[in-house]
Amino acid sequence: MGLLDIFSKSAGEVKFENLPRGSFTVDPSGKLIASTLPQAYPEELLRGMATAVLSAFQAAREAGQQLRELHVSFGSLKLTAREQRGGAIIFLAPAS
Amino acid sequence: MPARHKLLILDDEQDILDLFREFLTRLPGEPEIHTAINGARALALLESEPFSLLLTDLKMPNIDGFQVLTIARKKYPGLKTVVISGLGDEQTRSRAYSLGIDLFLEKPKSNKEINLFVDCIEALLNREEVGGFRGIQSKGISDIVQMECLSKNSTVLKIINGPMEGKIWIHDGDIMDAAVGELTGEAAFKKIFGWKSGHFENLPGDPARPRTIHNSYQGLLLDSAQSADESEGGEAPPAEAGAPAAPPATPLAAIARIKGVEFVVSMDTADAKKFDHWGAENPEKAAAWCQKTMQGFRALGEQLKAGPLNQLIAMGSQNNAAMISNASATKDLCVGFHRSLTTT
Repeated sequence: MGLLDIFSKSAGEVKFENLPRGSFTVDPSGKLIASTLPQAYPEELLRGMATAVLSAFQAAREAGQQLRELHVSFGSLKLTAREQRGGAIIFLAPAS
Repeated sequence: MPARHKLLILDDEQDILDLFREFLTRLPGEPEIHTAINGARALALLESEPFSLLLTDLKMPNIDGFQVLTIARKKYPGLKTVVISGLGDEQTRSRAYSLGIDLFLEKPKSNKEINLFVDCIEALLNREEVGGFRGIQSKGISDIVQMECLSKNSTVLKIINGPMEGKIWIHDGDIMDAAVGELTGEAAFKKIFGWKSGHFENLPGDPARPRTIHNSYQGLLLDSAQSADESEGGEAPPAEAGAPAAPPATPLAAIARIKGVEFVVSMDTADAKKFDHWGAENPEKAAAWCQKTMQGFRALGEQLKAGPLNQLIAMGSQNNAAMISNASATKDLCVGFHRSLTTT
């Protein structure tokens, strides 16, 4: 058991250099519809991204802002989200 | 018998000068007409003798019409000024009128337009001053920089604030460098941006100046306004005997002066109810939206271990909004801007 631990990686251990590149689509409830990301990428993190994006679109609607797109720049990751009939398509790329 | 009017025409094309000289000889009273082929020559002529009217083109190499007008309006407030330009867009007109010109006329293209042009000049020369104030408007540094950059000018802005003197090099509308004291580049620009009063003059462009600033002017103005916001309103001008200080502008108003900015909301990261705003129709909602959105993505950044949240651009069908935090992440700033304004 202990031997295999060195190959396992919890979601909290994702490092900067392992940040994902690709895209995924979620429906209005945040359910993953399609993804070009590696299968090994933790779904929990995808859900986290979907929740943040859908909440941002929802908060904008409540504030009277009609948003189409979000561009979010983190220190090592760029996230672009496009609104799609209540859901969203989310693009991820390492920050250059 | 009224004295003959003296007119000065400025254009960088000799044919145009000759043409306008011919048009204006039709004026009653046979005005004395002088011409200048460049801005430096025009300024020298204005210095040497009094003129009633200056007619100038705008687009000229080295010292352009805006620069000549800025100096002329400041030094000779009684001089009537007319712009004759092929650039008839609203932005150019607004900028020229903001300098206090009397008329903006497009270059006449037909006989009818030539007659109309001559009539306009005649009416202006015969117009009696009926009171009111004439003079250059009071502008902030962001307005001055924007005007130069939007017009793709090449100039050196010399800005004097009490005993301090700063310079901003602009080439073809790009900010190349800035200097004040021992500071250069963006640090110098931000220092100058923090000055709330003083005066400026346009010096001829210096294309040989090495470029140290690579940020766009919009980005630089936003960054500088953000820095001013963090330093609680910028740097107070040093005391200067007899010089009344201009009323302090708020940091938000400084951002709001950037063309295309529609609203600005600044709020505590921890409490969206503590906010300050300019131009927002519904600041409470905007502050709550910005705080919630920034909070959500900050938490996501931590979850992903993707580093700090640097900025967030929200793009809408009508307008966009940019959100950023200050360095200590205690305040969020949300700037709503028109789609035509870019953040890069």
